[in-house]
Amino acid sequence: MSSTEHSEHIDSDTGKMGMWLFLFTELFLFGGLFIVYAVMRSKYAADFHHAALELNAFVGATNTVVLLVSSMTVAMSLTAIQQNRSGKAIGLILITLILAGVFMVNKYFEWGHKIGLHLYPGSDVMKTMPHGEIMFFGLYFMMTGLHAIHVIIGGILLTIVIRKIQSGKISSSHYLLQENAALYWHLVDLIWIFLFPLLYLIT
Amino acid sequence: MKNHENHISSDTLNWTVLVILLILTTISILAIKMHLGAFTVALALILASIKVTIVLTYFMHLKFENSLLRIMVGGVFLLFAIVIAITFIDYYFR
Repeated sequence: MSSTEHSEHIDSDTGKMGMWLFLFTELFLFGGLFIVYAVMRSKYAADFHHAALELNAFVGATNTVVLLVSSMTVAMSLTAIQQNRSGKAIGLILITLILAGVFMVNKYFEWGHKIGLHLYPGSDVMKTMPHGEIMFFGLYFMMTGLHAIHVIIGGILLTIVIRKIQSGKISSSHYLLQENAALYWHLVDLIWIFLFPLLYLIT
Repeated sequence: MKNHENHISSDTLNWTVLVILLILTTISILAIKMHLGAFTVALALILASIKVTIVLTYFMHLKFENSLLRIMVGGVFLLFAIVIAITFIDYYFR
């Protein structure tokens, strides 16, 4: 049986490495947008300054705290499952899901406010704006939108993890899926850590 | 591959990491509101990089992973830094 145990151990290690390789592609997906942002910012510094004043730093800061706390709860849920406390693990993931919901509701009101002001790509107001401001809002919607899609996918993954803990498929000896879902959730947090200062804080 | 036991992070460690991350967030908000001019962007990026490193190290357990994974992650971030640098060199000297 020792050879079986050995291969299972390798599987877990390679499974995690596969997840990291996927996260690298995610990094370059957002990295491309960060590069566009950096180049456009240096090209249209004044327009970016003016457009960034439209964003509410308080909403951005609230969502930063929400995501940081959710990152901790998901890390703690992994600790709980490793210690064979599945009830605690499920509870912590539920808190993470609630925080993801809070993030999305914030995002909904934030985007709703912008769209109410006709600040969305292709709007009549936007067409009259300087080129740099159009670029800023285009990047804002693209980057926060792509990030929000990742929050939703992360939420779905964590929901699957809860189901698998309940059915006993994830336990203190088999928790690779939960580990990878947690890694994905931390990536969502990592990207926001850069998005928040670049879009909301720097004006 | 080295046979290692999976590390279990204590709740205390996770709480400590969260508090440090929240303190760094507060510092970056206050620092940027002080309007430090040309240094603002650099400062924001440095603070964000510190936060990302902390998340990678503790929440994502890189500190407790094997060295191959750590080298891979380090290499990818280095590659990304090179891509950014080359983009800017290309952009400013064309």
